[in-house]
Amino acid sequence: MSASDARPQVQQEIVTAAPGGAAVTLRGITKRFPGVVANDHVEFEAAVGEVHALLGENGAGKTTLSNILTGLYRPDEGEILLYGEPLELHSPRDALDAGIAMVHQHFRLVEPFTVAENVLLADHRPATRSFLVRPREVERRVGELSRRYGLMVEPRARIWQLSLGEQQRVEILKALYQDAKVLILDEPTAVLTPQEAEALFETIRAMAADGRTVIFISHKLHEVKAVADRVTVLRGGKSIATVDAADATPRSLARLMVGREVEIARRVGDERAVGDVVLEVEGVSADGDRGTAALLDVSLSLRAGEIVAVAGVAGNGQRELAEAIAGVRPTRSGSVRAGGRRLRGGDPREAISAGIAYVPEDRLGVGLAPTLSIASNVVLKSYRRAPASRGPVLLLSRIRELAAGLMRRYDVRAPGPEVPTRLLSGGNLQKVVLAREFSSAPRVVVAASPTRGLDVSAIETVHDYLRQAAAGGVGVLLISEDLDEILALADRIVVMYEGAVVGERSAEGADVEELGLLMAGGEEKR
Amino acid sequence: MRIERRLEQPRWLSFAVPAAALVLATLLGGLVLLVTGHPPVKSFRRLFEAAFTANGALSATVVSATPLAFTGLCAAIAFRMNLFNIGGEGQLYGGAITGATAGLLLADTPSPVAIGAMVLAGAAGGALVAAIPGFLRAFLSTNEIITSLMLNYVVGLILTYLIFDTHSYLRDTKGFQAQVFPQGKTLPESATWPSWTIHGLALPLGFLLAVGLAAAVWALYARTRFGFEVQVIGDSARAARYAGMRTRRKILAVMCLSGALAGIGGASQDGDFRHQLDPRGLTAAGYGYAGIVIAALGRYNPVAVVVLAFGLGGLQNAGYTLQSADFPAGLVGVMQGLILFCALGGELFVRYRVRFERRAPKPAPVAPEPSR
Repeated sequence: MSASDARPQVQQEIVTAAPGGAAVTLRGITKRFPGVVANDHVEFEAAVGEVHALLGENGAGKTTLSNILTGLYRPDEGEILLYGEPLELHSPRDALDAGIAMVHQHFRLVEPFTVAENVLLADHRPATRSFLVRPREVERRVGELSRRYGLMVEPRARIWQLSLGEQQRVEILKALYQDAKVLILDEPTAVLTPQEAEALFETIRAMAADGRTVIFISHKLHEVKAVADRVTVLRGGKSIATVDAADATPRSLARLMVGREVEIARRVGDERAVGDVVLEVEGVSADGDRGTAALLDVSLSLRAGEIVAVAGVAGNGQRELAEAIAGVRPTRSGSVRAGGRRLRGGDPREAISAGIAYVPEDRLGVGLAPTLSIASNVVLKSYRRAPASRGPVLLLSRIRELAAGLMRRYDVRAPGPEVPTRLLSGGNLQKVVLAREFSSAPRVVVAASPTRGLDVSAIETVHDYLRQAAAGGVGVLLISEDLDEILALADRIVVMYEGAVVGERSAEGADVEELGLLMAGGEEKR
Repeated sequence: MRIERRLEQPRWLSFAVPAAALVLATLLGGLVLLVTGHPPVKSFRRLFEAAFTANGALSATVVSATPLAFTGLCAAIAFRMNLFNIGGEGQLYGGAITGATAGLLLADTPSPVAIGAMVLAGAAGGALVAAIPGFLRAFLSTNEIITSLMLNYVVGLILTYLIFDTHSYLRDTKGFQAQVFPQGKTLPESATWPSWTIHGLALPLGFLLAVGLAAAVWALYARTRFGFEVQVIGDSARAARYAGMRTRRKILAVMCLSGALAGIGGASQDGDFRHQLDPRGLTAAGYGYAGIVIAALGRYNPVAVVVLAFGLGGLQNAGYTLQSADFPAGLVGVMQGLILFCALGGELFVRYRVRFERRAPKPAPVAPEPSR
């Protein structure tokens, strides 16, 4: 955020006067949250019968903007126009009544119910509301809609029987059944296979051809090129530009999306002595939480004293990679070698004993047990050994001393080691995790988004710890979405896209634009 | 009025809320008595006398409290790990069956050997019953509430079958009474558990065992690696996995331990009090379910469980003693229900707080965290 203040105002090149006239117009939309301006005077306009993409990095303000448009948030400033008429949205219900519907990334479906029942459940229109339910009639209409828009799904099937792609079709059917004029799709391809995505694009075009307006939220350049008529790029909460998709190239879009006017603080050039390979990942494939492939044949290596950053937009397999290395996630194939041996996949204890420290993305709940004390959490991994225990017995006073010492060393601000971790602030939580992981004398540190949600000073502290660890001969694998952070810390950068490594660059020669392009899948695999 | 989650749970609340629940339950019980035309104060005084102060009442209360302490511990140690073992009832039956078998088989051995074997056999029997839902939960993610509950009926029917429907080893087929009505073989002298009398208060071996095991369970959970792992798994299974703990084995181990405690309670029923396998007595008593109530009231603290078992045992004991025309027979059951109701209701105030506020003219939109 801090970089955006220094940035000169970018000239807005808005392409207006689309064929069908404006359907949705946002003027000067501003939404502030404590400590952050999520939307900063955003200008946006989507025409009747248009597919309009909303492009931006994570944190650019896309989700906030769509939440405003669907009545979930109220803007602090600015106005919404629908077909030229000012629109006041007090609740999501108002937006639905006005014909604005959203297909969320996480589906809102009742699993034991049928497709038709879910569609009916979502229909709030007073005109169609009746005490009696006519399932056959609903099924017939759902069938009609699904044929017309290529949304093939059996109206009587139950949701839990459907694939994710089919469930998404149900979400779209819900919107169409209520005759929504404006559909917002939030990163709809995240859960789809390429074939399903292609079918979805067909549906989107059919809906636009019927005079509906589709707002397509994405951070994938080729999709935006493939399906959108126009593209509005958001960056740092501001609308940067609206361009015709036909005129844009992936490179020009990437520049708009990640483009930086301020020079990025590169890693200070103190050359660290790089040693032997401490971590070797070879051809690892693994499934994600939903059982679909999340990692595809990923290989990388890490040397002692080196910081390697894994760059990528969230959800492209980085978390799964970290989990596979830490043994938390079972692998399908491939091998992880550390500490001179091949690790048995899916066994965290094996990874821990091989000297792999892991700072998970989810601090409270994975990295820390929330209701247990700081002292207990400090020994979460080392409780099996001296000095935390002798035989089966815990040495509680030793553990307390250990925790108090680490709290001093890592500057954890809390009344004492007995405080439950859930009462700590985000920065202090992360310090407890780091204190535990770094004090275990690791060979490898895997840090997944270690600075997410932290304030500036805490971010500095975390960066210092990572640098110190590397200087002390530890291999650090940093997983981050933040290119500034990556360029400030990393020696080498590995870019992941859709579960695969799509590029590797040394930090010196790395070009921000090119990295942004790789992260957005804008270049063929090398 | 709004109900919101407490950020911090003050320590005093975990004492004040159960105490307030007890007071409220007494008041509500008094109301029930008033409505049904009984003098509340006098009825409660008689109840208290019969439970604790009358001649021999305390010894009788200990008898009632012993099985409740075991089943209470059984529930408490599983609940600590967010494992809802509702099967204390069936696990107690299991221990009673194996305990009685051991006692009968070892009729000719010295008493300490026979008694020791009964305790171990009881523990094994209970653990075996609990291992079934434990295994299903750990390796097949089956809901242990349902499986452990259903097993109660299965083991209950096996227990009845052993005495009523078959000429099993455990059934007495010779005695005069046994000709009239089926019953279990009387345990030999060597399998009768001892009891010590201090100032007129009889303390059976089973009760002392329960107290000792409560202390052991407390130490296990507060002072050992095993207990630490249970705490972490109970708090966040994902954190436990992250830390390399073997969650599945631990689930199985805790279920077996939990069942073993109830099983020793079953063996204590054979050895301490009934001196035979007594299906009708055991199934009618409902010790397992009462144990769940006790564990919940004691907030899964093993020491609190023993104290509460004593209290609830007193109530039950008074219920037996006072069964007569002039005393409301249902009062004991009503009181038990009210205590549970108030205690569980009180949990709400430990976790949440109720805030009263005037409704603003227009509810300001609550800005959630930006999910950007």
